[in-house]
Amino acid sequence: MKTTMEYFLFATFFLYLFSAVVFLVGVSGAKKKGNAERVKKWGKAGIILAIIGVTLHVAFIIIRIMLSGHFPTSNMFEFIAFLCFAVVLGFIIVFFIYRSFVLGAFVMPIAVILLSYATVFPRDVQPLIPALQSSWLYIHVTTAAIGQGLFGVSFVAGLVYLIHKVGNRDKSKSAISLELIFLVLIMFGSFSIVSTIFQMTGYQATFKHVYKGAEVVQEYKLPAIVSPYESKTVKMDSFAGMSKPLFESPKVFQGEKAASKLNSVLWSIVSGLIIYAIYFAIARKRLGKLLHPLVQKLNLELMDEIVYRSIVIGYPIFTLGALIFAMIWANQAWGRPWGWDPKETWAFITWMFYSAYLHLRLSRGWHGEKSAWLAVVGFAIILINLIVINLVISGLHSYT
Amino acid sequence: MVENTKCECGHNNPVGTILCEYCGKPLQQEVIEKSSIENEMRYEGAARRSQQSVMSLFDRVWAFFSSVKVAISLIVITLILSAVGTIFPQEEFVGAASKELFYQQEYGWWGATFYQLGLSKMYSQWWFASLIAMIGISLVICSLDRVVPLYKALKGQKVIKNIEFMKRQRIHVAVEVATDEEEAKLAELEQQLNNHRYHIQRDGKAILAEKGRFSRWGPYINHIGLIIFLFGILLRFIPGWNIDSFVNLIEGETKRVPQTEYYVKNEKTVAEYYRPEELPPAMKSGGGEVIKKYQTDAVLLKKVPGSNEMKEVTRHEIQVNDPLTYEGLNLLQSDFRPQQLRGIKLGITDKNTKQSKGQFTVVFHEISLHQVYQVGDLKVRMEEYYPDFAIENQRPITKSQEPNKPAFIFTIQKPDGKEEKSWVISGERLPDPEGNQYGIDLAGFDLANQTGLMVRAEKSLWVYLVGGIIFMIGVTMGSYWQHRRVWARVDDGVLYIGAHTNKNWFALRRELEMVGKPIGQVFGLVENEKE
Repeated sequence: MKTTMEYFLFATFFLYLFSAVVFLVGVSGAKKKGNAERVKKWGKAGIILAIIGVTLHVAFIIIRIMLSGHFPTSNMFEFIAFLCFAVVLGFIIVFFIYRSFVLGAFVMPIAVILLSYATVFPRDVQPLIPALQSSWLYIHVTTAAIGQGLFGVSFVAGLVYLIHKVGNRDKSKSAISLELIFLVLIMFGSFSIVSTIFQMTGYQATFKHVYKGAEVVQEYKLPAIVSPYESKTVKMDSFAGMSKPLFESPKVFQGEKAASKLNSVLWSIVSGLIIYAIYFAIARKRLGKLLHPLVQKLNLELMDEIVYRSIVIGYPIFTLGALIFAMIWANQAWGRPWGWDPKETWAFITWMFYSAYLHLRLSRGWHGEKSAWLAVVGFAIILINLIVINLVISGLHSYT
Repeated sequence: MVENTKCECGHNNPVGTILCEYCGKPLQQEVIEKSSIENEMRYEGAARRSQQSVMSLFDRVWAFFSSVKVAISLIVITLILSAVGTIFPQEEFVGAASKELFYQQEYGWWGATFYQLGLSKMYSQWWFASLIAMIGISLVICSLDRVVPLYKALKGQKVIKNIEFMKRQRIHVAVEVATDEEEAKLAELEQQLNNHRYHIQRDGKAILAEKGRFSRWGPYINHIGLIIFLFGILLRFIPGWNIDSFVNLIEGETKRVPQTEYYVKNEKTVAEYYRPEELPPAMKSGGGEVIKKYQTDAVLLKKVPGSNEMKEVTRHEIQVNDPLTYEGLNLLQSDFRPQQLRGIKLGITDKNTKQSKGQFTVVFHEISLHQVYQVGDLKVRMEEYYPDFAIENQRPITKSQEPNKPAFIFTIQKPDGKEEKSWVISGERLPDPEGNQYGIDLAGFDLANQTGLMVRAEKSLWVYLVGGIIFMIGVTMGSYWQHRRVWARVDDGVLYIGAHTNKNWFALRRELEMVGKPIGQVFGLVENEKE
């Protein structure tokens, strides 16, 4: 059954990938005249593939529930994979309201990046520590994730809007900011690829150091660019002549797994930059410019409405999941509905941000480009809550 | 200067009215010059208190808090501050004894500054609370300023609208119709709009088709929910409204639940680990055991009035995520310490025969003075108890109530009625007084699990819940429905159509295309440039 589950995960991954490719092929013909039919044909195939993918994803989730006895949203792999599911689901909903194929050409690749990023984290079925043994937890996390998935769709719609509006601009601040967003997305992708490669080759490095008076062992799955603060190398496989860490991490990263996480971040940055450099050497233009023709015939007003509407659809769901159900669970687990721990605070920040967005839409001048930027920032906040808070802050001070 | 606000249709509008309440004609000069009145349509162009020109102090405050700009600024300031508060941990999550030193040592200058600015207690600072309070005031005033005029305007809206009003809608069209076709056209349009679930009102040669009006109340209802929620937070300032404390209990122990009239007894505390076969390989190699369950079998007790008797109120097997709950009081599993010292075992030996006379156990939390332990044919009575023994000014004292270094004075009563006194001090051997027949020595420890229970009561809980439910109802109404209106009017051989929605224009346009198709009337819906 475990292998069946893995097969379903791979099938889901490939269907999302196919869907992304099909959408892109369809849209890439859009700039020639009379090609509306072609976009439609390929786009239909794309959405069908996405729907089959989502169905397989559901099957994967069901098998995992049967295996573990709990809903799979209780570790990083499970949650990010579920977020990916929520993004695709959100896209399908929005697609059937607005029939936008261009949106699919950008949502699906991002879903692929999300799912591959999820697989970087350990995929084992883990038993639950007592604090997580509550059905309210799953209700809370899944609802919040579906809201976040819709915010993800609005982020992608915002991205499409921006590619059209600023992608082709020369030397403007907004064009560079857009390029930076692509770079970050590439880093997510490249990190997933690098991790997969080293996981397959079984790379290992181990360091020992003292933290809070006790000896701690840190295991690296990626070659150590940076070693833990004041640590001893227990063992380090050699990679491309690198058999010693390049440098030691500063004191702030002395937490239990902080250095290995810092190492991962460095790997994402380095590998992302290398991939981007290779791309640039070949294409000799910014990604924004490369992608711009795909969205040339975009109906800007429609895309603006998709940005807004995805947020409007997601907002009540997010409120319910990330705040109300979260409070119910927190009250059951800790006897108080709210305690301002970083995770809660960032859920509050996300909610306040989207509340501000919805009110800004009431005023002049906050539609279009500015609204698209806000959608991007909003999703960045969600990613901060997901990655920075979970991995960095709780790693530095392990009170969670 | 008094503005003349009487419309040409004869209706007398209040000062500050943008669009005539009755026929919708633009009244203010700058609006007349605009090609689109989309922004003015938001509150039906009605006069709002905050837009009046005469300003008393109250009006100024009102105008300030009624501004959406101010509301957004408050939201943004709050969210930025909240984010800043997570840079370093908040004080409540810091275990260190000296908080000031902790921030200094762990995070250097930045940490020290964080502490000194009070950011380490961000969410309980008065200025943070006042921000939230200001958001609350803004919620009330913003809503009242808009909902009352909007309600009046929508309730009193007329079917026949001024042509200028219709021509200035973001979506509008004007087509010529022959006089004999007028009626048929209008009837067809009415039929089609009706098919799309519009409510139709007809007045002569004019139609008003409307749907989803109730969604306009969504935002105001969700604001009411939020206000109720904030009111719940306000109630917390009432002393005794919340309980937030902690009680440690070793197995068998009964203690008073802080700030209540109840007592809680720990009958049994256990921790259960996952068996190795339940763990995936990655976790097994880690070597650490993974906890599966913490459980405390607890009994809630209450004193019977006028006596020392305890009466059971309720009992529960407390687990994480499964607290004991009784009339708003919650006892939650939150700490577990295995094998804690509960008492000591003492043995009595006859010094003459070197024979053991037996053992007795002194359980610390059960100690009462002059308690008698029966050991064989001896009666051992406790005379003095010093939990944390020390000598000060050559007198025995106790440093605390914790049994860190317990010491006792016992009296042993022999079967013949004679008594002898004996000192027992843990960690020290004191020579027994001359002529004592019996010696008391440490024979072992009595160990048991200790549980830590959080004691929580939050009387505002139901207020939050009511607020949350109302918020959800409002936000759902406002998010998943929209208020769409189509006006049609034949005037002088021309059919004018204007349409408005409070959001999602693209979807409205598509709907109108579908409305137009069967009539054979492709609405060349002109869009006015947005301002």
